[in-house]
Amino acid sequence: MATASLTEYLFMSGILFSIGLAGVIIRRNIIVIFMCLELMLAAASLTLVAFSRENMVAGLPDYNGQMLVFFVITVAAAEVAVGLAIIVALYRARQTVNTEDLTSLQG
Amino acid sequence: MNQPLLLLVLPLLSAVVIHFLLKQKMASIAAVLGTVFTAATLGISLMLLGKEATTVDLFNWIQIGRLDIGINLELDQLSTGMMVVVTGIGLLVHVFSLGYMKDDDAKARYFGNLSLFMFSMTGIVLASNFIMMFIFWELVGLSSYLLIGHWYQKESAADAAKKAFLSNRVGDFGFLIGILMIWGVSGTVIFDNMSITAGTPFLAAAVLLVFCGAIGKSAQLPLHVWLPDAMEGPTPVSALIHAATMVAAGVYMMARFFYSVGLDAIPECSAMTIAWIGGITSLLAALMATQQDDIKKILAYSTLSQLGYMIMAVGLLAPEAGMFHLYTHAWFKALLFLGSGAVIYACHHEQNIWKMGGLLKRMPITAITFLLGTLALTAVPFTSGFYSKEGILHAAHEAHSPLLYVAVAVAALTTFYMFRLFFIAFLGSARSHGSEDAKEVGPFMLLPLVVLATMAFASPLLPKLFPSLENIDIHFMPDLANGLVQMSLGAFAVGFAGAFVLYKGKTSDPLAKNGLMKVYRNKFYIDEIYAKLIKVFQDLLAAVVHFLDEFVINGLVVGGLTRLAQGTGNIFRNKMQTGSLQNYAFLFGTGIILVIYLTVFL
Repeated sequence: MATASLTEYLFMSGILFSIGLAGVIIRRNIIVIFMCLELMLAAASLTLVAFSRENMVAGLPDYNGQMLVFFVITVAAAEVAVGLAIIVALYRARQTVNTEDLTSLQG
Repeated sequence: MNQPLLLLVLPLLSAVVIHFLLKQKMASIAAVLGTVFTAATLGISLMLLGKEATTVDLFNWIQIGRLDIGINLELDQLSTGMMVVVTGIGLLVHVFSLGYMKDDDAKARYFGNLSLFMFSMTGIVLASNFIMMFIFWELVGLSSYLLIGHWYQKESAADAAKKAFLSNRVGDFGFLIGILMIWGVSGTVIFDNMSITAGTPFLAAAVLLVFCGAIGKSAQLPLHVWLPDAMEGPTPVSALIHAATMVAAGVYMMARFFYSVGLDAIPECSAMTIAWIGGITSLLAALMATQQDDIKKILAYSTLSQLGYMIMAVGLLAPEAGMFHLYTHAWFKALLFLGSGAVIYACHHEQNIWKMGGLLKRMPITAITFLLGTLALTAVPFTSGFYSKEGILHAAHEAHSPLLYVAVAVAALTTFYMFRLFFIAFLGSARSHGSEDAKEVGPFMLLPLVVLATMAFASPLLPKLFPSLENIDIHFMPDLANGLVQMSLGAFAVGFAGAFVLYKGKTSDPLAKNGLMKVYRNKFYIDEIYAKLIKVFQDLLAAVVHFLDEFVINGLVVGGLTRLAQGTGNIFRNKMQTGSLQNYAFLFGTGIILVIYLTVFL
């Protein structure tokens, strides 16, 4: 079975990251922004896995990196729980999750 | 310890001890200490007389490349002779002060400052190089300031002290530049090593700048204004500092300088300038003196006039004549000042001559010594003034200069104003309570008067006391066939006759209404002109400074910086801090990309 090369992984990760970044910058709904953020995190994790797979230790891929990604996903899940809780609290306080209405920090 | 060093150390020691240890609590001890130490320096000066010229090296102060400045003492005829004058008159003034300042509240400060002055003056006289002389030059300026302002509670005294100090600063500024220029020309500041051959324009400028120092210290035009005001100080101080020694330091310095450089090397244009400044000063000061009412002011203008004479002699390249006049003048002018001090003391601090009168009967010894001083100042034959003034007239005659006529006119005016003073203050009848109960002063004050009166006659008879006097031969009997002697006697006769006719037995000034006399009385309005000029320049300067402060500093620098910071802040606030989350994220991302680009690709 032909496996994807490192370049293809990195390319894929770059596309994912760019989509995430564009979403963060362009979209107005905080929940979508939050999802895009997660997308960027996933892109970064993908890079990590790709590199660790390429890094051969004693004839085998370096599994330490791949193990780390499990932890990242776990932490990300916890982070999502906190983030969504904040968004719910925000909605309760302001009755909106649209960033155009949330400009009270304007100088 | 060698004797010349003691000359310098004793007065300093006395000043330090009086100022820091004795203070006002032990004022009487301070007075005696100052007097005794001065007597000791006089003894040393007399011992040093007539010895071979030497230089006593004390220590090397600065040595940088060719610049070599030491604190060394120059002992030659010029300096040892001058030391006798300084310490001799200094001693008599100390003795006089024992009586005059008996009840002063700040007697210790007075004697301490007097010692400080003796120290500084000794330094000037014995200095072996220009830099050392300049240091002590400033020190006499300081002690003069302290002593003029002795009664600083009086506003006029404090102002006079400031005026003296500031006028001297103006002259000293030129003096310092002159010293540097002389160093540039001759490569040394040591008097003994100075030899300049070519009379370049640079040297001419340097000589005139050095002369600036003498203009300030010896109160020549246009910086003469401080000396009459300096009479606010105690009278013995006026006698010592502002008549006999410090103001003569300018003449001494010029003589020392001219001898070091060599008379032939002095450019003629600067010598002529010096001579004319001296001549004009002596004439104007004599004219001013004719209309003064304050006994000390008359003597002050007379001092100005005589200093002008000496400067004129120096400018005519006859420093020996100038120094000889300095030497004789120091004794009889100190006599006149101390005499006036005794009169002022006896008349309960009355200085207006129109409120005196009849003092000859009440204080005969003072009056007679004063008369003797007057005769010496007016150059009556057989007095010291006659011989020294003849020396100056002779120098002017030799130079074929029209200054001769100026000098003769000044001689006539001198006789006129001195006898005006004598007729009004000492003859006639008492015109105020002060002069009615005037009594002869005590022995401490009389003794110096008598000694000085003797010196007014005897000083020319102590030959070789003074520098290079070989050139001046003193004919004891005046040579009546000599044209100069005739002129001198004629001037005396004219002046005396004028004073006799106008002022004998008068109770008010018959010339007071005359318009020209008013100009003299008001000193040619020079003080007023200076006040105006200074005001104009000060206002101009103030306007410029105000402009700089208001528009450049406040408007551009301080205000500009605040406006710049404020403007930048506003731009950032409006354009960046929008409150929009996306905007922040975008800026954040752009920033990171920029940083990565800069660190990785550049």
